[in-house]
Parts: sequence; structure tokens; C-alpha cells
Amino acid sequence: MKLEILANTLLKEKRYFLELKVPKEFPLCAPGQFLHMRIEDSCDPLLRRPFSIHDFNPAGKKGEGVIKIFYEVVGKGTALLSQKQSSSVVDVLGPCGHGFDLLKIEKAKKIYIVAGGMGMAPLYFLAKTLVHKKPVVLLGARTKDQLFAEPELKKLKLDVSISTEDGSEGTKGKITDVLSDLLKKDKTDGSTTICACGPKSMLAVVSELGRRYNIGVFVSMEEFMGCGLGACLGCVIRTVNGYKRICHDGPVFDSKELVW
Amino acid sequence: MKPILDVDIGGLKLKNPVMVGSGTFGYGDEFKEYVEINRLGAIVTKTITKHRREGTRPPRIYETTGGMLNAIGLQNNGVDDFVQNKLKHYKNLKTKLIVSVGGETNSEYVDVIEQLSSYSEISAFELNISCPNIEYKDKIIACDENLTHQLVREVRRVTVLPLIVKLSPNVSDITLIAKAAQEGGADAISLVNTFLGMAINVKTKRPVLGNITGGLSGPAIKPLALRMVWQVHNRISLPIIGMGGIMNARDALEFIIAGASAVAVGTANFINPETTLEVLNGIEDYLIKHRIKDISELIGSLNVG
Repeated sequence: MKLEILANTLLKEKRYFLELKVPKEFPLCAPGQFLHMRIEDSCDPLLRRPFSIHDFNPAGKKGEGVIKIFYEVVGKGTALLSQKQSSSVVDVLGPCGHGFDLLKIEKAKKIYIVAGGMGMAPLYFLAKTLVHKKPVVLLGARTKDQLFAEPELKKLKLDVSISTEDGSEGTKGKITDVLSDLLKKDKTDGSTTICACGPKSMLAVVSELGRRYNIGVFVSMEEFMGCGLGACLGCVIRTVNGYKRICHDGPVFDSKELVW
Repeated sequence: MKPILDVDIGGLKLKNPVMVGSGTFGYGDEFKEYVEINRLGAIVTKTITKHRREGTRPPRIYETTGGMLNAIGLQNNGVDDFVQNKLKHYKNLKTKLIVSVGGETNSEYVDVIEQLSSYSEISAFELNISCPNIEYKDKIIACDENLTHQLVREVRRVTVLPLIVKLSPNVSDITLIAKAAQEGGADAISLVNTFLGMAINVKTKRPVLGNITGGLSGPAIKPLALRMVWQVHNRISLPIIGMGGIMNARDALEFIIAGASAVAVGTANFINPETTLEVLNGIEDYLIKHRIKDISELIGSLNVG
């Protein structure tokens, strides 16, 4: 489906906010799902690119809805996307994949949402959806310039902790150290749940913390994608039950299921 | 007047010449939200093997200029699972179902095809002979005339269904392999499978793909595939299913003019899931515009004079 671009704004450091107009017939999106986007009608770039849904407001009586995408320019596809002006269109498939298991997550007494760098991309929508559960948001980056907490996150009035590896903002160190300290203090009884997205090495640490404290961890994973519909088996990840498709079985997985 | 689009692929009668490439359409189900599958001439399954195959380690795909490298390693749950869990979904299919079959030894191919031949849902088999053959010390069957001939002969004995042999382009003379398949008893030839390629991450000096090498598909390979279809069409009498980077009706028409009796859309399914139907509509429009009553008039009509 072709969606019109409402805004495509540079935030800082190659990071952009894309807002797409969503018509009434567009299916409802859930936190953790993604759009598979064809940016140009060309052979280069050829394949679609997956983008996490950063925020979603469905179309209602008042008019069209909006999907927000938070992206970083890393290659040809995202460079082209960054040059798109408002009122031009992109072609999307989606919403694709299985997002966060809200029924399971909402049962937790305490929820941590842990983002490493661009890992915030799918997690704002989750934080907003779970706002009644008052999740604690942990946001980490290498340095201040790579840190990104948009005003909307502040408007949710959640407890937000920040860390940077160089100490330029928030606690100095890794966000997983912050998480580890909090879990130690919590004396968790297993009714805590962690939702995380970020570099694979960070997610491996979060997964290990979950194992140590016997608490559920849901992680959003990424990989080069082909079809985005579960057909090509290109974007698989190793699980205890063999390879699974990130695009269709994920992108959110229970971390216990993954082979780290 | 509506032109005639029916084609006969070695006894397999299709209502139109547009199919999908094996491995690019899953088992069909994945695309049903986007494509009216029953409008296609045929669908081809992802390759089925006798035993479950886990597939290669990721990353499995990578985009290169105008193309896509992939090394999936024929991940599938094996023929028993296919019969138990997939076949029933084809009960009400109103297009032809072609099952792609792979194997590591000739007897694996023979076993799978023997087992599947009795199911009325299946209209034909496509032999994927581009996977490594363990029996002959990691040789690729499709790269060797004798191995190709031998395998096709053995499979021919156990099925009366049309047998399509899908060739690898990674050979010095594809017409020799096509001839070997014809002499072994094939009913049709599919060409081409992917071109072997690779990509390197210069930062880490490591291959991008988990499997180191992979198969290149997409528009980058179209001129190569087209040349091979034309060469094979000139050399053998079997009908050809042409594929390799078909993105639109014009690409498909080139293959048909070069000698393909049918065409398969592969990588383009990932980019635009509706490509097959756009190709079909485009072929029909072309026939009408050029007052061609029957698509058979167009097949192999290349004018080199």
C-alpha cells in the first residue's frame, strides 16, 4: 500500500523521524511489528527495507492516522529515504511480523523497557501501550549525541534512566549495568518482565540477566530481510527449536527461545 | 478478442505461462493476502527433500547492486511433513502445483518423487539439481552431464507426471546439460537457477553470508539468463521455463521471444508481491496490442535475420 509522507525530519546524527499518513483501511499495528518498505520504484536499492513501527495512531473519526518511524541512515536505502519530502509516497507491506506478547507482558508486576541506541525504534510504541503499567525505561548509547529520547517519551511521565558509555550524559557505563543494578536492588520474585531492543551483544547480556534472575525477557531482533512475509527463509535466527524467521515468527522473541 | 494464453510444458497444461520461481513463494500460503494465486499458471513450492534440512547459518541474504545473494541451504521439514502439513492446503487450488524436489543422493530424489507421485494435488515435479551431491563427493549434479542424465533417468522410472529439470547456470556450456536432461527423459527444462557469487565485509574481512558463497538472483542476472534460454532453445526440443531477474511483463516477453514457453517470477515477489499478476496482465496486453491470437506464436520468435 502506498502511504503518503507527512514529515521526514532530521533529529541529529543521521537519525530521522518519518511520519506516514495512514488511511482507515490500514490494519491496526501492534508494538514490535514493522513495515516492509519500498522506498523507490527502482532496481537499486532492490529489496524492501524493514522499519520498526515507532508509534501508531489509527485513523479515527477525526481523520487519518499516523505511523511514525525512527530510522538511522546506514546505507543506500535509508539515504534515499532521508531525501524524501513530505507529500511524496513510499510503498509499504505490513504491519508485518509478531510484536511483543502484550497479554503475557501485562501480567508482570514490574516492566523494564531497555533500549540500546537505535533500539528505541520499536520501544516507544510499547512504552506508550503499556503506560498504565508504569514501565521503567532504560536508555543507553555510546555517547550523548547518539542518545535519543524524544519529547513524547517524556510526556508519558515514565521513570527514565539514561546511560552513556563515555559518561557524556546520565550514568557512565553500559545500560545493561544500570539494568543489572536495578534488578539486584529489586530482589525480583520472578514477576518482572524485560522488553529490550538494541545491538545483539547488549541483548545477549539482557538475556543472561533474565536467566540469572529467572525473569522473562522479550527481545526484538533484526537481520537482512527478503520477502518480509515468511516465505524466503532469508532472515532466520537460531532458536532451541531450529531456525525461525525474524520477519514472521518474530521480530520479537522470548529470549529463552534463542541460542545466544 | 482475448488471446490464447494456454501453454503446454511437456504435458503439463497451464492456463497461462506465468509461474513463480521455487523458493521465492514459500508454499503459496504466505502470499495469498497479496496475490490471487489461482490466476497464476502454476505455483512451484520451495524445494522439498527426503529428510528435514536445517539450512545454512545466517546471514543468509544480502543485497548487491541490482541483485540479491542468498544461501538458504534448502531449509525444509522434509517430505513427510510436507505430506502431513502442507499438501492439504492445496485441496482447493485452482492452479497447477509443481513440487520442487532436491536431494543429496539419487535415491533421495527417487524416494521423494515416488512418495509424492500418488497425490492428485501435484501436477508436476521440478528437479532442483543444483544442491551438492554427497553421493558423488560434493559434486553439483547440474554441473555434470553424466550425473544429470543418470539422475533424470532414475527419477523418470518412478513417475508418469511431467518432469521438469531446473538447471544451474554455473557451467561452461549449459546446452550440454540441457541435452543430457532431455536424453535422460525430462519433459521440460527450467533455467536458470542462481549464479554463484559472494560479498565481503571489508571492515571485518569476513564474508557477508554465513555460507561464504551464495546464489545471485534479481535483475542483475537477466541478460545472462536470457542468453542461456536462447542457447538452450536453439539446441534442444523440450519446452523451457525461463527465469532470472524478471521484474515486469517486458522482461517476461523477452524470455518468451528467446524461446521460453513459460516464465517464472522469483526475486521480484519479494519486492512487489503482485509482480506475477502484473506480468500476466502485461503479457496479455502485449498480445492484444500486437494482434497475436495465441501466445505460442510468440514463443521462440526471436528474429536474428
